[in-house]
Amino acid sequence: MNKKNIPILSCITGGKGGNSCGSMFNFKYLLLAATIALFIIMFGIGSVSFRGFFSLKVFFDLFIDNPFLFIAAIGMTFVIITGGIDLSVGSVAALTTMITGTLVEIHGVSPAVVLPLVLFVGSLIGFLIGIMVHFFKIQPFIATLGGMFLARGIALMINTDSITLNNSFFKAVSNYHIPVIGNAFITINVVIILIVVIAAVILAHYTNFGRTVYAIGGNEQSAILMGLPVGRTKILVYTISGFCSALAGVTMMFYMPSGNPLHGVGMEMDVIAAVVIGGTMLTGGSGYMLGTVFGVLILGTIATLINFQGGSVNPWWIRIINAALILVFCLLQILFEKKGRKIAKS
Amino acid sequence: MAGYNLRNIMGKISKGFSSASRSGLLWPLIFLGLILLVNAVINPGFFDIEIKDGRLSGSLIDIMNRSSYIILLAIGMTFVVATAGIDISVGAVVAISAAISAYLIGGTLVVENGVQQYVSFMPMPVAIIAALLIATALGMWNGLLISRMGLQPIIATLILMVAGRGIAQLITSGQIITIYYKPFFFIGGGYLFGIPFSIYIVAAVLAVVMFLKKRTALGLFIQSVGINKTATRFAGINSSNIILWVYAFSGFCAGIVGLLVCSNNKSADGNNAGYNMELDAILAVVLGGTSLAGGKFYIMGSVIGGLIIQSLTTTIFSIKEIKPEANLVVKAVIVFVVCLIQSESFRKKVAGVIFLREKKSL
Repeated sequence: MNKKNIPILSCITGGKGGNSCGSMFNFKYLLLAATIALFIIMFGIGSVSFRGFFSLKVFFDLFIDNPFLFIAAIGMTFVIITGGIDLSVGSVAALTTMITGTLVEIHGVSPAVVLPLVLFVGSLIGFLIGIMVHFFKIQPFIATLGGMFLARGIALMINTDSITLNNSFFKAVSNYHIPVIGNAFITINVVIILIVVIAAVILAHYTNFGRTVYAIGGNEQSAILMGLPVGRTKILVYTISGFCSALAGVTMMFYMPSGNPLHGVGMEMDVIAAVVIGGTMLTGGSGYMLGTVFGVLILGTIATLINFQGGSVNPWWIRIINAALILVFCLLQILFEKKGRKIAKS
Repeated sequence: MAGYNLRNIMGKISKGFSSASRSGLLWPLIFLGLILLVNAVINPGFFDIEIKDGRLSGSLIDIMNRSSYIILLAIGMTFVVATAGIDISVGAVVAISAAISAYLIGGTLVVENGVQQYVSFMPMPVAIIAALLIATALGMWNGLLISRMGLQPIIATLILMVAGRGIAQLITSGQIITIYYKPFFFIGGGYLFGIPFSIYIVAAVLAVVMFLKKRTALGLFIQSVGINKTATRFAGINSSNIILWVYAFSGFCAGIVGLLVCSNNKSADGNNAGYNMELDAILAVVLGGTSLAGGKFYIMGSVIGGLIIQSLTTTIFSIKEIKPEANLVVKAVIVFVVCLIQSESFRKKVAGVIFLREKKSL
């Protein structure tokens, strides 16, 4: 088999010999590189400006403090690569914490039973949204908006108050520190993030499912004509996002042992922002899981930088800086895409 | 004779039915009717309108008054959606507009000789015009990003949505500004000839919009941009400018709502003013029969969509057996039901199942 005939391989190796695909992909790698460079620059700025910023502890804290963002963003990346969007992530996470809180604290059910159950409920909500998007052609925005209302509404109906998790399991997990080097440590949540990211990278880049996801985002009609299982993949993508949202809810409880119907309000927008800053195009068809990880890291670094400033900076600047970053990255995407197209033409 | 009359009436009804279904208003109207009917059954005095202190009062007036926010936003949103776009920044623009008007009118309570004096930092017209201008400018910013830079509508407006509340907080310096200037309260809470003033504002905006749609080619232009932007440009219509002004108008509508919210609450809260309003507005547009894919749009449908959402909320709060927390769940169910009924593939599948059964029974 000639190497040249395998498009994916030639894309990775750079695609010599007028392979247009190769040059386009190089530009997309450039975007990923820009995301990573931005993270390094921002972390560098922090390290130069503040004593105690450049440490493993600060770096690990970026993971420890935002586990739900990482996990929900990974699920969202799959959805966005297919050209869809999922607004239900924050609400599903809140519903997860409420179901767990009620079952564990009030009904005394063991976490070993409850945790698989809530992960199943999250996946089920995603599955139903997927069915509506695929079979009934309801736009993802509206279908997931309905899912968002539904999950938040059920969470509020269960209880309008916050439930503190006094169960020994949650206490033990949230206080469990895994020492790494020196006095730096990671939590169980960081391990969960690592597992999810590795699984997502394998799923997206080394399986038929992953290639179908990219194909749907590139051009759904072509994907159907190629005989790819478009329907199954689309439903699965929303199911994965639902599962990730529920898992994000679980990490919320590991981070802060409580169930609250108002957990994760507005989280979907932070998650979408992270995915976009990570270089995934909202039009679908391109993006990297690793980019999303760095997208969340950048959002976390901005918050940390503002925290290190102390009271001198208005915390509302965080939102404005986030918005400016999204703008810059979107404009970069458009620039790279145009350049890539020009090179492909010539 | 009687039968003849009946046939005549039936004919008229069916004619009205078919014209409603042709204009896309059939399903929204049926839903609104159903909700109102449920209300009438539960609360026999629901349709009563009485005059109290020279003001009309009653559930229907209440629903119309409260739905003015959603309806105004939905009117602006309808044009945006018709061009195959979406504007999720309107809630943030509402917050900014409220913050600007509150800041310019000022939050000082001046009492002289025990009588409250109505003092404003800037004259009220300046505050109103400034809020509306800035809201329109923010809409134009969205429009420029989308039409000139080629950003996707959802991401361009996401930028303003994320930044907007931060900007509103900076204007109010993180505080909730309380207003004591009484003339300003008229906009959102006043009555004119016994009817809430906000209803007049909605009616005025609606009249202008309907005039533009029915008497000029603008409606057709917007629709054609939504169906095919490039083809529209080749037909000699400036697609980019239409997109730009459609977003500017959406911003303008959000600006009006900001004034209403600020005047009605007598304060500006950068965090909560207009919170999640963009979702309700989009929902109203979709319930009204306009497809998010762009093209054909129904202004009156969006107005009815707004009324549906508000009467639903009112209904849920008026039924004691349902907890107010259930509002979101009921809303979600309605979204799914309405979207499924409007979805062609769902109707075909359901029709297919019924048809198959009939065949089998034959």
